[in-house]
Amino acid sequence: MLSRVASSIYWMARYVERAENLARFIDVAINVSLDHLAAREQWEPLVRATGDEAFFEDKYQDYTPENVRQFLTFDTEYSGSILSCLSAARENARTVREAISSESWETLNDFYLYVSRAANDDDDQGHSDLYSEIKKQSHLFSGIFDSTMSRDKGWYFANIGRFLERADKTSRILDVKYFTLLPKVTDVGTTIDDLLWSAVLRSVSGFEMFRKRYHTLTIERVIDFLVLDSSFPRAIHYCVRTATGSLSKIGGPSNPGENKPLVLANALLVKLSTATNRTVIDGGLHEFIDSLQTDLNELGNAIGETYHSKRIEKSIVS
Amino acid sequence: MNKTFTFESYQQDGFFDELLTETRIPRQGAELLVERINSMSDEDLLARQREIEAALLRMGITFTVYGDDAGTEKIFPFDLIPRIVQASDWHHIEAGLKQRINALNHFLNDIYHDQEIVNDGVLPREMLEKAKSFRPQCVGLKPPGGIWCHITGTDLVRHSDGAIYVLEDNLRCPSGVSYVLQNRLVMKRSFPQLFADSLVRPVVDYSTKLLETMLSVAPQGVDEPTVVVLTPGIYNSAYYEHSFLAQQMGVELVQGDDLVVQDDCVYMFTTEGLSQVHVIYRRIDDDFMDPKCFRKDSMLGVPGLMDAYRKGNVTLCNAPGTGVADDKVIYAYVPDMIRYYLNEDSILPNVPTYVCQRDEDRKYVMEHLDELVVKAANEAGGYGMLIGPHSTQQQQQEFARLIEADPRNYIAQPTLALSRVPTVVGDHFEGRHVDLRPYILCGKSTWVLPGGLTRVALKKGSLVVNSSQGGGSKDTWVIADLPSEAADPEGAI
Repeated sequence: MLSRVASSIYWMARYVERAENLARFIDVAINVSLDHLAAREQWEPLVRATGDEAFFEDKYQDYTPENVRQFLTFDTEYSGSILSCLSAARENARTVREAISSESWETLNDFYLYVSRAANDDDDQGHSDLYSEIKKQSHLFSGIFDSTMSRDKGWYFANIGRFLERADKTSRILDVKYFTLLPKVTDVGTTIDDLLWSAVLRSVSGFEMFRKRYHTLTIERVIDFLVLDSSFPRAIHYCVRTATGSLSKIGGPSNPGENKPLVLANALLVKLSTATNRTVIDGGLHEFIDSLQTDLNELGNAIGETYHSKRIEKSIVS
Repeated sequence: MNKTFTFESYQQDGFFDELLTETRIPRQGAELLVERINSMSDEDLLARQREIEAALLRMGITFTVYGDDAGTEKIFPFDLIPRIVQASDWHHIEAGLKQRINALNHFLNDIYHDQEIVNDGVLPREMLEKAKSFRPQCVGLKPPGGIWCHITGTDLVRHSDGAIYVLEDNLRCPSGVSYVLQNRLVMKRSFPQLFADSLVRPVVDYSTKLLETMLSVAPQGVDEPTVVVLTPGIYNSAYYEHSFLAQQMGVELVQGDDLVVQDDCVYMFTTEGLSQVHVIYRRIDDDFMDPKCFRKDSMLGVPGLMDAYRKGNVTLCNAPGTGVADDKVIYAYVPDMIRYYLNEDSILPNVPTYVCQRDEDRKYVMEHLDELVVKAANEAGGYGMLIGPHSTQQQQQEFARLIEADPRNYIAQPTLALSRVPTVVGDHFEGRHVDLRPYILCGKSTWVLPGGLTRVALKKGSLVVNSSQGGGSKDTWVIADLPSEAADPEGAI
């Protein structure tokens, strides 16, 4: 597969996943604001999770629900908004239309057109519907992509992009909520705020799955479920395991020892399989997540260098 | 409410109509279509037109308009009423196009080798040497099989005399075939039964034929040649088409920087390493193909590509240098080429052409600027043109100056009364002028796609059908003689 095509497919999938995750975060914030008195507190962390507070404060000043929603959903000057992500996903897809199924392209094109129409629609009533619809469209795209693409390099690169992005987003929402909800280490182990933690679980569509398994909420269980679980599809461990599986299928440098992405992915997998909620809490959840994010970034960079770059010193395939 | 989409009050205004005879009787092959339209309600007809437009947008079948904001995409406007080509007309067109391509291939091979046509005095030397698109870099090249123009999209027009003329040959990188295929796809969804009953010949196997053509001209001794489509990139106006054709053929779509030349072989950067390429369907002009050979400032090309080509390690489709035959002065000599190389008369006539370099022609042109269409020899896309009857005196004077200053660069032709096809305009049909671009593939054998791109000038009275200047398209139905010819070769419905 062409290096450029591999890169575009990977980023197409990452951007769609990024847009979906943003919609999840916003959707939950809206729902919590409806139930909860400390509504405003829901919005600032969403912007903090992006790491782009400076841009926001410069342009919008106040963390009002309207401002945050506008910023994260429709702001085309902000490269991380849902609309910008979908536009980037679509542009990437457009450059590789020949490499993905027509159905996938059409679905993504429709998805983008839907959100860009909503951006020009002043009717505020549609907002909650909007985020459910975005999630649905993203699932539609993934489903169509999965069911129309052969399991070859194109699909594997998309799958790697999708799951690395998801791992990163789950870790971010956990980190931000942890800081908001449990600022002091001494708070760990005390009764936690059911409502807010269930909101975190809902943002990853995990509330029901969590309940089936654990019933009551504790921080240890949340860590087990969102970080270390290898069967819940938005848990970090599950995401890294899936991405590593796809990575091992795409081949690469003839000498397996030189396959840096696979080496890094396996190391990360070992880290997640051997950790327990106890070791994570003892070392600090924030620190653990921080190191996960560094590992995920390194892995992403290695994939870019190994597969997406154009280097003449690459060997000739016979 | 009365039905407004009828042909009862349809005005032909003295033009040849492709759908109806002068007495408004459907032409052969159009009977069922006209019957179907007559039986539809206005709402139904408009709803189908809207559905098709929505489908084209959803499929992202768009083109980019230059001069607009960079990257602005528009749908190529589409009109519901197809253009019919009767079987007898098609046989004539097909034979004429094959003859023409054959002669043009002889011509290209000749002028880049011995130039016998010039030495024998059939084509004046100055006409050839002053063709801007003559490439000295291509002298002595030997494309596999002696084939230079593998893919051609010849523009045909029908005049009010009922005859079909060749307007342009388009031997460089003719575009539009993807619209032919996609227009057919959306029309079939709208009128499924009509296709089967009307014996419309299928176009779906174009991409298969294109791939076969390219495989047939691969460098010798390669067991499984790798074919790619080379695009200038996403901002090119025909990018959608490049990607569509690559997808339909199942080959890689590459940009210049996906390729590298090493030891006179062409490779692409893949996730595994460098992988050799044997045939390139290049949708990029000669000028930009190889900065080492043509324009030094090209960012789109592949340095060293021409070296690899000269060594016979890669085949370029079309061969570099074919653009010389698109020069409108050279075009004027195609009937002479057919006589010279094939010893035959042209089956499809040229539009009568005045070559301003010839004194008597220029004198005539200068006296009739208000009647003629004047064209620059090297422009395409409807640019650099004077349409006499629609021009102001000032514009005519401007062109008179241009012709005097550089007579070799201008030709003139009578203003043709292009044929028309009924077209949806508001709540009724009006005649709009059309041309027809069939596609000819030339590898080991020559094949003409039974159909083509019908472009329609949507502006009332306009004769300019180019997409960049307010043109749209219609599905083109070539009617089969026999039901077996209308059967889908790939078994699809």
